[in-house]
Amino acid sequence: QIDYTGTEPSSPCNKCLNVSWDSTPPCTCTINFTLEHAFESNVFMYYGLSNFYQNHRRYVKSRDDSQLNGDNSSLLNPSKECEPYRTNEDKPIAPCGAIANSMFNDTLELYRIDNDTRTPITLIKKGIAWWTDKNVKFRNPTGDGNNLTALFQGTTKPVNWPKPVYMLDSEPDNNGFINEDFIVWMRTAALPTFRKLYRLIERKNNFQPTLQAGKYSLDIAYNYPVHSFDGRKRMILSTISWMGGKNPFLGIAYITVGSICFFLGVVLLFIHHKYGNRNTSADIPN
Amino acid sequence: GDVYDMSGQRIEINENTEKVDFSYNPLADPKFAFYDHSLVEAVKLNDVPTHRFFRLLSLCHTVMPEEKKEGNLVYQAQSPDEGALVTAARNFGFVFRARTPETITVVEMGETKVYKLLAILDFNNVRKRMSVIVRSPEGDLTLYCKGADTILYELLHPSCNSLKEETTEHLNEFAGEGLRTLVVAYKSLEEDYFQDWIRRHHEASTALEGREDKLSELYEEIEKDLMLLGATAIEDKLQDGVPQTIETLAKANIKIWVLTGDKQETAMNIGYSCNLLNDDMEEVFIIEGSTSDDVLNELRNARKKMKPDSFLDSDEINIQFEKSSKKQIIIPDEQANGVYGLVITGHSLAYALEGNLELELVRTACMCKVVICCRVTPLQKAQVVELVKKYKKAVTLAIGDGANDVSMIKTAHIGVGISGQEGMQAVLSSDFSFAQFRYLQRLLLVHGRWSYIRMCKFLKYFFYKNFAFTLVHFWYGFFSGFSAQTVYDEWFITLYNLVYTSLPVLGMSLFDQDVDDRWSMLFPQLYVPGQQNLYFNKVVFVKCMLQGIYSSLILFFIPYGAMYNTVRSDGKAIADYQSFALMAQTCLLIVVSVQIGLDTSYWTVVNQFFIWGSLSVYFAITFTMYSDGMYLIFTASFPFIGTARNTLSQPNVWLAIFLSITLCVLPVVGFRFLKAQLKPTPSDKVLLKIKEAKKRPPPPSPKRRLRRTSTRRSGYAFSHQHGFGALIMSGRNMRPKSPFATTGTFSPNSDKYKHKGL
Repeated sequence: QIDYTGTEPSSPCNKCLNVSWDSTPPCTCTINFTLEHAFESNVFMYYGLSNFYQNHRRYVKSRDDSQLNGDNSSLLNPSKECEPYRTNEDKPIAPCGAIANSMFNDTLELYRIDNDTRTPITLIKKGIAWWTDKNVKFRNPTGDGNNLTALFQGTTKPVNWPKPVYMLDSEPDNNGFINEDFIVWMRTAALPTFRKLYRLIERKNNFQPTLQAGKYSLDIAYNYPVHSFDGRKRMILSTISWMGGKNPFLGIAYITVGSICFFLGVVLLFIHHKYGNRNTSADIPN
Repeated sequence: GDVYDMSGQRIEINENTEKVDFSYNPLADPKFAFYDHSLVEAVKLNDVPTHRFFRLLSLCHTVMPEEKKEGNLVYQAQSPDEGALVTAARNFGFVFRARTPETITVVEMGETKVYKLLAILDFNNVRKRMSVIVRSPEGDLTLYCKGADTILYELLHPSCNSLKEETTEHLNEFAGEGLRTLVVAYKSLEEDYFQDWIRRHHEASTALEGREDKLSELYEEIEKDLMLLGATAIEDKLQDGVPQTIETLAKANIKIWVLTGDKQETAMNIGYSCNLLNDDMEEVFIIEGSTSDDVLNELRNARKKMKPDSFLDSDEINIQFEKSSKKQIIIPDEQANGVYGLVITGHSLAYALEGNLELELVRTACMCKVVICCRVTPLQKAQVVELVKKYKKAVTLAIGDGANDVSMIKTAHIGVGISGQEGMQAVLSSDFSFAQFRYLQRLLLVHGRWSYIRMCKFLKYFFYKNFAFTLVHFWYGFFSGFSAQTVYDEWFITLYNLVYTSLPVLGMSLFDQDVDDRWSMLFPQLYVPGQQNLYFNKVVFVKCMLQGIYSSLILFFIPYGAMYNTVRSDGKAIADYQSFALMAQTCLLIVVSVQIGLDTSYWTVVNQFFIWGSLSVYFAITFTMYSDGMYLIFTASFPFIGTARNTLSQPNVWLAIFLSITLCVLPVVGFRFLKAQLKPTPSDKVLLKIKEAKKRPPPPSPKRRLRRTSTRRSGYAFSHQHGFGALIMSGRNMRPKSPFATTGTFSPNSDKYKHKGL
């Protein structure tokens, strides 16, 4: 888990702290870190944001599911819920709304440093969203041909985006509304501190760990400003178990509650033995 | 003079006693049994006073005969007592056969006689008597009169003083046995005088002004110097189970006041016979003063005896009197130093109900275990109820069967009418009605208690489930920038109270019972918590609220902890808003369902069906609403697509749900257990005892008591509807079938007025 917000002056990303949405070229910084233990199975790479109220009521509402589902009339006439991110310069925004407008747009790249040589690690960017979202909930507009540029004709990009939605990715099945980074972002978090899946690192063969212990470096194209609202940005590498990601809460809670139950059981048993006969009904006449 | 008595004489009557043979009279009622042969002999021997006595009974009444077949007479009587008297006369050979507006046909010892009916001097509450004037076939003019002893004695001719003394003795004897008495008298009239009187009567009855007054003056004039014939007495049998019911209700801490129009002796006798008064009582105070001061003194003396220090200045209630203005005083319960009874007559009650004596009456009366008010008017009955409502923090229930109870039934918080032979007025103006007094204990101890428990459980649960539901949003506010973002899906909010949790609580509040009817009748103590408002009050409400707050905390923070920074087992998102909402709402629904399971103490198929049904409906609706199809049809309405599938398949979600159920239920169970162990309430003890008793073979169910067909209870043998006599004279009601008049009689003897003490 690496915090790369860069509030501390010593951080390599400190120089990027006050970037704006549309600075070109993007401010880049590199953070080196060391993995103490090897990651044996598939590794998941997350970005985490703190103090980011993705669950604010007006924020949560500010989207148009019909537009995102590929409805052509909604594409050109987005829902009023999207205000004030509904139109820009009299053109409808696609995708409209505050959620889309604030999409996370840092680019993270991971390198393994082996004897001063930087080996890039393959990051897979597909398969990070729910199947239902990718295939049912989000759809590109339909029309003649598959040319997304033509299909999004008449719309404009969200205000804070550098590129329009049809240029998010080069692959056609990961572009437009069905871009998985976009879908992941659109699934708003419940709590102000959250993490979202960014990339997958697959295990290549059975004899080598996915990520060996050693030195790594993280290259960040720092576009996403969080300093203004005291937010934090993190990059998390994690493996998962049958229970999901690492979260000790349930384990601790179960152990605590279990002990409480046991303790309570003993106490109540004691009380029952000691005072139970007080509850005689002898003083109740028939 | 002859005195007869329908129920029997001093000799023990049993099946073997020879019945009087009425075969000489073909028109006798076959159901009639009589055991005193001397009376029949007297009739057969043409004893003149005896004949006159029975002739009176067969003439002086407002009964309508109905003879559908030859020889099969049926009497339609306004008052059952009156019917009884006419039936008695019929059996002794004075058969009232038919009636026209001007005539009465009587078969006297087999000989048909047609009497000319000249006038009916109607009954009313002031006169307390009725008379008829008839001309016999021989041409004699006679006035026959029957009425209350106190009234009639003042109208008697001095010549019958010796008979009067003898009759008084008999009357006292009858009243002592709880019989309902009536005095009958006659008078022969002079032809000239009568002609004059009837003319004036006609004038008076057509007068435009003051007709009532003029008529009653005329009645007074002619109804004097009467010759005493004798007295009748009718046993007013108590209904089945009255003493047992009263005993049970007294055990349930219900205070019983009897308000009756009967004489004092009769009333006290009934009080003894139904266990209200008994010899264990320290003293039964009798208040019969005839001036305001007397009554005050008697009341004060009674109170002094019961609680001597209640007259000290230091007494709390006395202090309270001085402080507060008189109108708003609520008198707390006072404890007497023993068991006392109070009997107060209507005359004294009139004084006691006046301004400054009211409080004195309430204080004294409420210290007594039993209060009997006799000779009270319908208005006074209502006043007494009003008095208790005004000064005591108590719920009043009035039960009665006659028209004269209507005002009291309407005044009391709860009015109960007994449907019987007294007509329908009490029933029509009551909240509840049934056929017998003893059903009152079932109404109160079983249905009243169940209803109270159900209501309280319903309220408690309703508050709880909505606190638990709503307050989660409050906690979520801290994490969503206080932006009023809802925790749950909008659809869940809509359907939560409407569909998911409505039927289980309905099922509980319809069917729940902590003990079944048999046990709640056996242990009347179980009724007491209701009187003390123990199952739902401010404390209980606060407890409910605390439980709701606790549950909402659990219901928010367990999903919060379980979701915080976590992901699914395939690495994808689960900490998103929609999954969180689904998890929180599933937790909530299961928790409240488990809670209602804990609250339900009586499981029926319906309860099971409702609870499991609601849960399954929840999952069915959730999966439907979150399905692809619904999303594609109504894109904007169902944005939660896929959430159910993606979230509820995760083991950690279910672990969190299980954890929140455990945490929500644990303190409730623990608290209940501790309370039952350490501080059991009396009703807990009773419940425990019942539980123990249930393990043993059940006690034999109480034997079914033989039901008596006769439930004859009534006032004096009059038709008490004013103007009925005039109606008969006019002949307007002379239709083949007598109309069912809604009329009441004066004083059924077991009008119980009870008030549940605080």
